Amino acid sequence: MAELKPGARFQSTVCTTEVIVVKGAGDVDLTCGGVAMVAAGTGEISGSPATDASAGTMLGKRYGNEAGTIELLATKAGDGSMAADGEALAIAQAKTLPASD
Amino acid sequence: MNIMMLLEMAASGHGDRVAIGSLADGLTYQQLFDRSGAAAASFKSGDARHVVLCDESSVAVPIALFGSAWAGLPYVPLNYRLPDDDLRALAERTNPAVAIADHAGVARLAETVGVATVERGLFLDSSGSGGAPADPWSMDAEDIAVLLFTSGTTGAPKSAVLRHKHLVSYILNSVEFMGAGEDEATIVSVPPYHIAGVAAMLSSIYAGRRVVQLPKFDPHVWIDAVEAEGITHAMVVPTMLARIVEALDERGGEPLLGVRALSYGGGKMPTAVIRRALDLFPITNFVNAYGLTETSSTIALLGPDDHRLAQYSENPAERQRLASVGKVLPGVDVSIRDDDGNELAPGEVGEIFVSGEQVSGEYLEKGSLLIDGWFPTRDGGFIDSDGYLFVQGRNDDVIIRGGENMSPGEIEDVVLSLDGVRDVAAIGVPCAEWGEKVVLILVGTDDAPSEADIQELVRSRLRSSRVPAHVEYIAELPYNDTGKLLRRVLRTDFAHLGDDPVD
Repeated sequence: MAELKPGARFQSTVCTTEVIVVKGAGDVDLTCGGVAMVAAGTGEISGSPATDASAGTMLGKRYGNEAGTIELLATKAGDGSMAADGEALAIAQAKTLPASD
Repeated sequence: MNIMMLLEMAASGHGDRVAIGSLADGLTYQQLFDRSGAAAASFKSGDARHVVLCDESSVAVPIALFGSAWAGLPYVPLNYRLPDDDLRALAERTNPAVAIADHAGVARLAETVGVATVERGLFLDSSGSGGAPADPWSMDAEDIAVLLFTSGTTGAPKSAVLRHKHLVSYILNSVEFMGAGEDEATIVSVPPYHIAGVAAMLSSIYAGRRVVQLPKFDPHVWIDAVEAEGITHAMVVPTMLARIVEALDERGGEPLLGVRALSYGGGKMPTAVIRRALDLFPITNFVNAYGLTETSSTIALLGPDDHRLAQYSENPAERQRLASVGKVLPGVDVSIRDDDGNELAPGEVGEIFVSGEQVSGEYLEKGSLLIDGWFPTRDGGFIDSDGYLFVQGRNDDVIIRGGENMSPGEIEDVVLSLDGVRDVAAIGVPCAEWGEKVVLILVGTDDAPSEADIQELVRSRLRSSRVPAHVEYIAELPYNDTGKLLRRVLRTDFAHLGDDPVD
């Protein structure tokens, strides 16, 4: 289980993916490449993502669940794709705010 | 969280793109990352607790900013335009510190206790050769990233505290990673010690938009740089835009088509200037941004569509939107409150309170000013029924006539809509009968409206109490170099217009 809170960071143990929590609260079964993610900087990378969880995670994209309760920002890209409590996380809509500075 | 995370992402996502400078010889994101590491190692080698910058814009600015963050030290850019004594007094408050400065700054800070100066050229040379620190940067979001001295109206300047959590939240909530095309470039003409200068670095780097710096603002140099550097984006303060518009007209009024986005903020924009700018930048996306140092820059913005609607609309309400700062950013909440802290309804004028992850509201000397998470901005304003925020100036600038509080901005907005008015300030001067009376200090063109015309307009659009007792015509209003109107100076200079002289 990963305890989500804004600013918390997690890493995959089967690829180079790393994320920071933008939105989310409480314990979630957070996986990448089908394997549980761990607090960033606490895990070694070994093995490879499961074939049904290997679509990849893209740098700088936001990933969220259908309900909109979870949003993760990828700070490092990787080959695995993420899921929360069994639900695959999808790329959230890009913001269209104009540049202000 | 640490702002270094933003640069690390940029270096791994678009490391070969030019981050800062000309396409021919600028630094790439990877080079900026490497140099920040080398700078961090040198900052950590001594006993410095702060990294000071006493210099105009140069490539040393982002290296010092990110190098400080990597080293875990607050970055403190100083206003190098201050008189020597004031500059040294601020620098002494950072003791022990390392200060990056130009030749003049090194000489001016030479006697400052506990501040070791490094000349910019030497700093750049050393950042190009050394290695990064052995330890990674701290991810403690509570660490202080930047200290900015704010120019208070009274007393010594206070240092506004911006922690990593504030700045990173601001960027993540408002900028799309690599959202800029490879051909985009932004020109930064605000000085490094201004919050907009700090925010411009962070947001441009995260978006992957090349930064071109203009150390000394001059409208002709700005226009030439826009054309020579292929500039697509710009941020200016109102006084800069006024001078750019004048310079373009001097050159024959040819439109500048290459600029895709132009944002402005930091003060009140005269309607005549923005309307002329909309003509001279006919296909540019205009953004009016409102924010404060204590809120990590922008908290509300009026977007491109509202600008063009206001330009072409016949509907007075839509035209009036040009005087608005638009809608509040995602992740930010605004509340308008009366003197007792009660939330006011749409259209009612009160003090603007703001909350959100990017809002600091904290000073080193006074601690946090947040009230249940809300920062009282000291700015007066209101939100209209469509959700547009209108800012009417500092509450400290309120004119009190016969016990009635009136905001200078309300009167100025009306007068600025007149043809022949380039700039105007409403101030209160001492008055035996009313306590204060309203006086307008006006900068007009050759066909400026008469005092009687202005009085008639204000009487018809506002209440009679707002009608200026007198209109004084002058050549230019006093601004500081970041575009803030110096009302204090006006109140002193024109106190003699009052009829209740204070001795």
